[in-house]
Amino acid sequence: MELVIARPEGLYCPPGDFYIDPWRPVERAVITHAHGDHARTGNQRYLAAAPGEGILRSRLGQDINLQTLAYGERLDHHGVTLSFHPAGHVLGSAQVRLEYEGEVWVASGDYKVEADGTCTPFEPVPCHCFITESTFGLPIYRWQPQAQIFAGIDDWWRANAAAGRASVLFAYSFGKAQRILHGIDESIGPILVHGAVEPLNAVYREGGVRIPQTLYAGDIAKTDPLLRQALIIAPPSAAGSTWLRRFGEYSDAFASGWMLLRGTRRRRGVDRGFVLSDHADWPGLLWAIEQTGAERVMVTHGQVNVLVRHLRELGLDARGFKTEYGDEDEAEPAA
Amino acid sequence: MKAFADLYTRLDATTSSNAKLQAMQDYFATAAPDDAAWAVYFLAGGRPRQVVPTRVLRELTTRLAGLPEWLFEESYQAVGDLAETISLLLPEAEHSSEHGLAWWLQEQLLPLRGLPPEELAVRLPPLWAQLDRQSLMVSLKLLTGAFRVGVSKLLVTRALAAMAGIDAKRVAQRLVGYTDLSHRPSAERYLALIAAESDDEHAQRGGQPYPFFLAHPLQQPTDQFDTVLGPVEDWLVEWKWDGIRAQLVKRDGRLWIWSRGEELVTERFPELHELGNALPDGTVLDGELVVWKQQTDKAFGIQPFALLQQRIGRKTLSAKLLAEVPVVLLAYDLLEWRGADWRSKPQAERRTRLEVLVAELGDERLRLSPEVTGRDWSDLARQREASRELGVEGMMLKRRDSLYGVGRTKDLGLWWKWKVDPFSIDAVLIYAQRGHGRRASLYSDYTFAVWDDASPGERVLVPFAKAYSGLTDEEMRKVDAIIRKTTVEKFGPVRSVTPSLVFELGFEGIALSKRHKSGIAVRFPRMLRWRTDKTVEDADTLATLQGLL
Ligand SMILES: [Zn+2]
Ligand SMILES: [Zn+2]
Repeated sequence: MELVIARPEGLYCPPGDFYIDPWRPVERAVITHAHGDHARTGNQRYLAAAPGEGILRSRLGQDINLQTLAYGERLDHHGVTLSFHPAGHVLGSAQVRLEYEGEVWVASGDYKVEADGTCTPFEPVPCHCFITESTFGLPIYRWQPQAQIFAGIDDWWRANAAAGRASVLFAYSFGKAQRILHGIDESIGPILVHGAVEPLNAVYREGGVRIPQTLYAGDIAKTDPLLRQALIIAPPSAAGSTWLRRFGEYSDAFASGWMLLRGTRRRRGVDRGFVLSDHADWPGLLWAIEQTGAERVMVTHGQVNVLVRHLRELGLDARGFKTEYGDEDEAEPAA
Repeated sequence: MKAFADLYTRLDATTSSNAKLQAMQDYFATAAPDDAAWAVYFLAGGRPRQVVPTRVLRELTTRLAGLPEWLFEESYQAVGDLAETISLLLPEAEHSSEHGLAWWLQEQLLPLRGLPPEELAVRLPPLWAQLDRQSLMVSLKLLTGAFRVGVSKLLVTRALAAMAGIDAKRVAQRLVGYTDLSHRPSAERYLALIAAESDDEHAQRGGQPYPFFLAHPLQQPTDQFDTVLGPVEDWLVEWKWDGIRAQLVKRDGRLWIWSRGEELVTERFPELHELGNALPDGTVLDGELVVWKQQTDKAFGIQPFALLQQRIGRKTLSAKLLAEVPVVLLAYDLLEWRGADWRSKPQAERRTRLEVLVAELGDERLRLSPEVTGRDWSDLARQREASRELGVEGMMLKRRDSLYGVGRTKDLGLWWKWKVDPFSIDAVLIYAQRGHGRRASLYSDYTFAVWDDASPGERVLVPFAKAYSGLTDEEMRKVDAIIRKTTVEKFGPVRSVTPSLVFELGFEGIALSKRHKSGIAVRFPRMLRWRTDKTVEDADTLATLQGLL
């Protein structure tokens, strides 16, 4: 029995008559997490994990028709038992477990296996069929422990501050930015954030995640030497904008899993690249798949062909699912 | 090794010259002299031959990483750089080596050259296990001979000069010949680069040549020459020879010959050694090494460049070869005379002295590059049309009041190259056709192609030019044999081949064309060189060709 199939609107559960992260408007949408490519506007009803409610409403509108479940709480719909389980990707991110007539499928959305303190850590869920992402599905992608990356960011910020130079760090405003804020050493200097980042900080703080004090750029006068000690967190779209001019001669950096490759680092044209991803690396993907005990694996967005072939060589029944995910949070930059 | 890898990372991460300069200065300030010696060597463009075959590195990587071949290939496709791919696939290690660049190269990496694959498979893993990812990648680049970092020699010169507190021109002078493979970088040589300037430095130079002064391409139409260049009388005009630019240095009773790549090539030209006896000590000549055989029906004895290239490729130079392919120096400048540096004397004065010197010597192996005279620029332009028959590449224009500069500087003097083949491109031979007359038995007419993106990630070869001249008979016979061996299909007199041969094509003009598949038509294409040093993958792209439009 196929509990999930690919339809033009999105991933569809036939017995339950609902969609998971649909990319076209539908009646019932089950949402794994609030990144723009997974959670879209225009659906009539939404179902999501409770810790993600604040973010979903702030991004899709306060008045969406949204029902939530705590992680592990079960809901029965047309004989399909549905529950959410932590995916460790961003605040409120969840894997969707579906059970129907003894068959269990899990759709992971996006996930990361290293715990980071800004969201509930990933939990493997045993199933017959696992639907996995494959954003970093090549053996070259192996992350260093995040503590090392944060230490690297701290060192860079400290050296800049000592040289009287502001530090501009580009990071995606939802998830990555808060993870960095949570992980760095706030004693080095003041922290300024771009207007696109602060609303999400507020939601994380409300959700009980420790985020250090942040200021808006306007809070420090242009002439204040403190500005040269600051760490500025801005979305990648702010690069080259007039907003950045107030910081004078600054050093810039980009935090993303893609920064692992020299080519992408150079194309970004920043002084530093910090390899920090909210997705599983290659060993992480393989570990997660193995932990589910699944014999069937459906591979979505990323390195679909590579992961499918590799899993088949490992003896699994693997296939690709064509989806329209992967063009927001950490989709590979086009240029 | 780690300090050098950090330097590489800093240089690689920035496009700012100032940041690069700072990175190099920081490195040299703390590096041990023997490490710094090798760093200068690599930064200044020195490149030892490949030490370990790429195939061995790939096989070892897939084995150590426990990966199938196809997954290595997919990874390589995503990364686009072999050393980087391998460094990302090998098990990650803590950096545990305290040793510097010099120790790694001299004691560990360079001795691997020529070892059998089984031996390499035993030796490499324990070496790799001591290096963190950055250092591993850099050492792999050194092993594969693919180390490249975006700094100019000038910038390296500036970094050293700033650190040593001496004039950059002096460092440039000392750096000449530094990357020549005949002597290894050493602490002593490095310290000599940055030593304080002394009065007798000039006398102690041994066989060091001067940095070559280079010409800039002249692309303006002839009718603008009066405005751009001024009156023709202000210029010394010569033919542009298609040979090897070289300096002949005679000091302390010895002779040295340096190529423009700052390689010492004295041994390659035994027929010129006698000039060493004839020239007075303290003489440095600048000129062009060419194969020269006077024929009655030709104005000049110059032979195709390919012959010279062939000769250079030979390990041993038999008497027969020397007789068949004799080399001369066409001298065009005098940089040192009676031990004095003449580079700051005007071109005209250097030329006059050179003419006297060549005439006095009367040796046919040292010839004067003749002066070309014309009433005006259009007269010279007319004469230049004969370049192809004369076997030259066009003309050189040197201001008569020019001093001899360093590299591509324009402040001391000005040289222009006014070439007839302003365009050249590396192309792949895909079809061959039988020739006519004397060449009827040979496949001597070729169709050439460049790469084009058919779809993302997929390249195809698009034909764009036909050419049949420029090769020597011997080269043509070799190409003919390869064509016969690699034939895919025959259509009458034409054969299609599996692409394997790359040639540098020269042409005089380029235009858009609807009649050609490539959308481009070139004028007077001819083969300039057989690029045996390039693989099909290295050939140019249609985009490069379009860029010339
Ligand atoms: Zn996501
Ligand atoms: Zn995603």
